[in-house]
Amino acid sequence: MEDIKWKEYLKNSFISMIWFSLLLFPMLVMKITVKGGMADVTYRWGYMVIVPVAAFILSALWKYFRERQQGRESNEKRGEIAAFFRKAFIENKKIQITSIILAILIMAFYPVFSGMYNTNVMISALIYIMLGLGLNIVLGLGGMLHLGHAAFFAVGAYTYGLFFRYAEQFFINAGISTGWMFWIALPAGGLMAAVFGVLLSLPVLRLRGDYLAIVTLAFGEITRMVLQNWGSVTGGATGISLIPRPWFFGVNVTPKLAAIYIYYIVFAFVIISIITVSRLENSRIGRAWEAMREDEIACQSMGIDLVRNKLTAFVLGSVWAGVAGVLFASQTTYINPDSFTIWESILILCIVVLGGTGSISGVILGALIIKLLPEYMRAFAQYRMLIFGLALVLMMIFRPGGIIKKVRKVYRFPLDEVNDTAAEGQN
Amino acid sequence: MKKLLLIGLTVFIVFAGCSKESKNIKLGVAGAHSGDLASYGIPSVHAAELVVEMYNAKGGVAGKKIELVVEDDQCKPELATNTASKLVGAEVVAVMGHICSGATKAALGIYKDSKIATISPSATTPSLTQSGDYPNFFRTIAPDDAQAKLAVDYIVESLNLKKLAVLHDKGDYGKGFAELCKAEAEANGIEVVLFEGVNPGAPDYSAVVNKIGNSGATGVVWGGYHPEASKLVQQMKDKGMNIPFVSDDGVKDDTFIEVAGKYAEGVYATGPIDTSSNPMAVQAIADHKTKYGDEPGAFFLNAYAATVAVLNAIDKSGKTDYDSITNTLRSEYVETPLGKISFDSRGDAIGIGFSVYQVQNGKYVVVSQ
Amino acid sequence: MDYFLKLLLSGTAKGSIYALIALGYTMVYGIIKLINFAHGEIYMIGAFIALMVGGTLQAAGVNPAVILIVSTLAAVFFAAAYGLTMEKIAYKPLRAAPRLSVLISAIGMSMFLQNLVLLSQTEKYLSFPSFLPEFLFLKPIRGYINSTQFIILIITSIVMVLLTLLIKFTLIGKAMRATSQDREMAQLVGININSVITVTFIIGSATAAIGGILICSYMGQINYYIGFIAGIKAFVAAVLGGIGSIPGAVLGSFVLGWTESLGTGYISSDYEDSFAFIILILILTVKPSGILGKKENQKV
Repeated sequence: MEDIKWKEYLKNSFISMIWFSLLLFPMLVMKITVKGGMADVTYRWGYMVIVPVAAFILSALWKYFRERQQGRESNEKRGEIAAFFRKAFIENKKIQITSIILAILIMAFYPVFSGMYNTNVMISALIYIMLGLGLNIVLGLGGMLHLGHAAFFAVGAYTYGLFFRYAEQFFINAGISTGWMFWIALPAGGLMAAVFGVLLSLPVLRLRGDYLAIVTLAFGEITRMVLQNWGSVTGGATGISLIPRPWFFGVNVTPKLAAIYIYYIVFAFVIISIITVSRLENSRIGRAWEAMREDEIACQSMGIDLVRNKLTAFVLGSVWAGVAGVLFASQTTYINPDSFTIWESILILCIVVLGGTGSISGVILGALIIKLLPEYMRAFAQYRMLIFGLALVLMMIFRPGGIIKKVRKVYRFPLDEVNDTAAEGQN
Repeated sequence: MKKLLLIGLTVFIVFAGCSKESKNIKLGVAGAHSGDLASYGIPSVHAAELVVEMYNAKGGVAGKKIELVVEDDQCKPELATNTASKLVGAEVVAVMGHICSGATKAALGIYKDSKIATISPSATTPSLTQSGDYPNFFRTIAPDDAQAKLAVDYIVESLNLKKLAVLHDKGDYGKGFAELCKAEAEANGIEVVLFEGVNPGAPDYSAVVNKIGNSGATGVVWGGYHPEASKLVQQMKDKGMNIPFVSDDGVKDDTFIEVAGKYAEGVYATGPIDTSSNPMAVQAIADHKTKYGDEPGAFFLNAYAATVAVLNAIDKSGKTDYDSITNTLRSEYVETPLGKISFDSRGDAIGIGFSVYQVQNGKYVVVSQ
Repeated sequence: MDYFLKLLLSGTAKGSIYALIALGYTMVYGIIKLINFAHGEIYMIGAFIALMVGGTLQAAGVNPAVILIVSTLAAVFFAAAYGLTMEKIAYKPLRAAPRLSVLISAIGMSMFLQNLVLLSQTEKYLSFPSFLPEFLFLKPIRGYINSTQFIILIITSIVMVLLTLLIKFTLIGKAMRATSQDREMAQLVGININSVITVTFIIGSATAAIGGILICSYMGQINYYIGFIAGIKAFVAAVLGGIGSIPGAVLGSFVLGWTESLGTGYISSDYEDSFAFIILILILTVKPSGILGKKENQKV
């Protein structure tokens, strides 16, 4: 039996070795340059050794893991490690609470010992946690595929930017520190994003699935194009620079202190959004969203107002993005439309999906991984998008629920025997 | 296991110790070193390496060796702030960079408050110096308005055009150049009959080419880079429109001639004055060939000049604090591959200018200084 | 009027460019309901292969007609091979997974292929020599349409007709329609859905490669990013016409081309893409499944 399996593996790997050598030959071995209208191809034969070997090994690994995965699916058997973590973290309240407190403590003192660069990097990661949590409402809970989340991020950032651009003089004349503008822009950014959320949901309400995806994508691109082309108002591609950092007791803070200060503001907002989203999740409205995600028609026939449901999902999701935008503008002090392209929306989508659609801790982990790993692996900077793309594909295949799968709330009956079957049924 | 831990710890301490106790002068180099704009940023790293090597061989500046801290920003503003804070954290005394105007603006906010002199080889947006917002900013390239003025002067005096179509790629650089050209042209009594942005990367510009034909323009000004420019000239000439096409530094690139081929013939572009015959430039290019094995890329000489200027300022003043560096940059003239330059009070280089070039027989030829 | 005609024709030419890519998009979507985000990348890779093979032959001094045929065949072969491999790796294991997972996998594939070409070839624009013949009889009206645009228009029409015939009248076409309607039922009546999907990907990728050669010949240049830009537009066109319908993709592409061209001509090219997206939103608001799309009945 073992013998046959070995042969099968060998044969399989051998075929993929030949196939991938052929497939990648033009891309990896040949390198084309065009000089004076004539193409010139140089050959890099070194790859002719690497590609077959890599293809041979990788294809064997691929087959092994696929088979293992399929075996697991049929047996419904979980890996021991996963079960251990599950028991330790999710079912044991004590460890769960301790680790949460520990994480909060580490994060709370992070800027004190990490230096300005690390603090700045962590700020952008935290901002993306907020963006991810916002999208999680629309996508993870509401089940609506949203490819224009960066638009609301932009709306928030530009609310602050434009407010600064047009009201700066007024503040200076009135003798008020421009740092106060941040605190006015913060709620205003959230509000504006909410207004745009309503605007977007109007055409979207009738659409579903892929049509919804393309309309949200279009909305995101239109927003960016207006910001880019309406130069007389928004500053166009030149963007808005020297946006003030938040007010800090009238002190003109150095960038280092400002980073720490902004870090704590962002941190506070992340905590607030985590609490809000987790409260929303199990509320009446959260359950309605999840019902909508599972089946719109069934949900409607249960007497849930779909229009209101979609509207609230979009608006609440957008508010977080708007607030995140204001924070982003105050951190970088410079914004231009290039920061809000479709790739940004895709990145946020990936944060949610990689981390675990619908799961709050998953989104947090996803944002940290996607923002921190590339930053600290600068040596691989060239390859990061390549690796990222590959990671998305592999993730979807081997762990479709994301790194941390969403655990649905289980409502237990007091009877011990019943609850085990009920819990399994729920999962 | 214990042994391994011990070795690890020793290595860690040695490394940590090394990085802490270095007494070198640190010079930051920032720009796009990976991603799709890497070809603009890599030459500046090479230039800085060559200059530093040369100075260190002579014993360094102000009695200390120079060390480069190279950081990548991919020309993205949001990454540039991280890059900037990393360089500030590494305690660099000055930064040579960034490459793109957007990234430069984002990073300058941090350098300004941290009191670090910044000298860019390629950021041409006029407002960087002219707004007066950034007293710590210098550049070894002329700003776009000088370029636009030269282009329009050439259109007025040599080409004698009365009606212009001004197009741009909606980007920071291209649109900025186009707007400056429009203002300059209108001040010279030229009628701008069309002013529009096109989508960079789009496969087809025939609609906008039709519009140029319909507007009655006798010449086209393009603000932007060469990929779109070559599609535009190609589609214009395909439709039988043989009107002058005047463009900017982004088109004054040999890749444009490569890509546009026969359609490139006759296109005008402004670009920095050719200083490749300057002895220092000849030397720098030869050094680049021996060390890296190929011809240097875009902004190599500008980056070389920028690095020389900063190191010279440190050397002359003998100090590495912000005030001495910026004051010396402004007061001293220095010999660079771009000629003898200094900086005015706003940070623009004195002694650097543009020429107008035309593609003739597959080569850029100077037609006006 | 002359101006209007010129704009209309350039819109038609533009529409046929979008249509060449949109056809492959819509075909794959029609059968397995997957937005193949990486379709644009296949188009880019096809064009790169054509450039490599064509360039090598050109340097060897081969007759242009032979270059055109050989490089097209090579591009079609490799594009089909890439499409096939992509399907095996990124989509097949996800057949039973939710739609979102497959979409993310497609986005990942798109990023991967884009960066593969970026890293292994170059980030710069390369000149793309045209191997296409020049029709001299079009010279007098070149202000309206040029030779390459004309060829693109003709080939798009041929591809559309062939694909429609294939799906309507051949056995594999029948199997495709059956798979599209009900995958499980199709399996029950003895259709090997895996091979149907494989064939779909091969055909879709082959049309993308043909599109790549034609469009790059027209643009005169190539770069690793062209696939993404064109892919998004083609996707919009396919949705506009009713994704999954082949005549719909072509119609949607023309509507998109005309909108952009007339919008540019009479209003401003600053908002060219916005016109495209606004018309998309308007049409979808009135007719949520696109112009020629079939209304799907929803079941609980």
